[in-house]
Amino acid sequence: MLSLYVPGGSVVHRARAGLKLALLAALGVGLFLVESPAVMAGAVALATAVGLGVARLPWRALAVQVRPVWVWLAVLFVFHLLVTDLRTGSVAVLRLVALLVAAAVVTATTRVTALVAVIEWLASPLRVLGVRPARIGLVLAMTLRFIPLVAERAARIREAQAARGAVRLRAGMAVPLLIQVLRMAATVGEALDARGADDAPARRPRRRTAVAS
Amino acid sequence: MKSRDLAYVALFAAIVAVLGLLPPVPVPGLPVPITAQTLGVMLAGSVLGAKRGGLALLVFLALVAAGAPLLSGGRGGLSVFAGPTAGYLYSWPIAAFVIGLLTQLFWKRFNLAWALVANMIGGIVVIYAIGVPFTALYGDVSLWASLTGSFTFIPGDLVKAVAASVVAVAVRRAYPVIELPTRHATAG
Repeated sequence: MLSLYVPGGSVVHRARAGLKLALLAALGVGLFLVESPAVMAGAVALATAVGLGVARLPWRALAVQVRPVWVWLAVLFVFHLLVTDLRTGSVAVLRLVALLVAAAVVTATTRVTALVAVIEWLASPLRVLGVRPARIGLVLAMTLRFIPLVAERAARIREAQAARGAVRLRAGMAVPLLIQVLRMAATVGEALDARGADDAPARRPRRRTAVAS
Repeated sequence: MKSRDLAYVALFAAIVAVLGLLPPVPVPGLPVPITAQTLGVMLAGSVLGAKRGGLALLVFLALVAAGAPLLSGGRGGLSVFAGPTAGYLYSWPIAAFVIGLLTQLFWKRFNLAWALVANMIGGIVVIYAIGVPFTALYGDVSLWASLTGSFTFIPGDLVKAVAASVVAVAVRRAYPVIELPTRHATAG
């Protein structure tokens, strides 16, 4: 449930996550520099071709990510027909579609762990400010672990309140739930300290060696 | 930051994600349903304070970008950051930070009224101030059209600001997380 990744062994799947993100960023900037409908249509075709042809993604994997904004795109197009003209409208809409499809291709061909590694790498300049990239990875992993935990605690409190006769009392649920999970997080923090993940200042020579966790 | 602060940050990122699981409330005549996730933004700011609250939302967005479908309706991945309403997403960490900043400012005499002020400025004004021009710029529509398009969300946002404020005041009484003397020096 927690990933939009579609397994595969294509060139796109095997390309470095950092490279794919850099290309995507370049596309995002580049498409805003041109105003030609033909270039936009070409970008849409290219992104779709890479996704379906090269990466061999199922059509559904792309549609799932583009579908939520269909209505918005249609509204935008109609708005442009009424206010500006067909050319401006099609450029605006096609540009968005191209970016959406390209982003969907990157997301579907790259594992969450690889992208988290890129985030850690991007955060490495922050080391100057005393931020340790490994801790960012730790927080991301903790979050993924906390999501089912919080959902489960919420369900338990809802049951407890229902057992005491409260029907659908969502606001009254929030406070005990928050206090419970805040206590839990504090305990997790202590456990991390006990295992040596304390807040010692960042050290420079970490760059070469693998980060001890 | 202490390990406990890291855990708090992760916790609120998770809470925003869980709020995304709540069924969204569809509004007649509107393509985007009202979701509970901005409630998480408000809670992160007014329970954790500026620094940790803002970081919690950054962590949440990082996971969304990494492909976890944590936005309401199971959306996620990089494409949501290229979408027309991406400005609202970008505004979340800033909103949580501003709410936290105001909450810390009012902390000594924090009550429902101050909580409301913090949540409305940070959770509504800041979010719209970033989201509305972004949508206008992205879709090449006028600022005014973009603004009127988002007016439908105001009632829902007000309800969420009240709910977040009530909860934040109750949590402060029972389990205060913001510690002023140390926290105030490092925030910012």
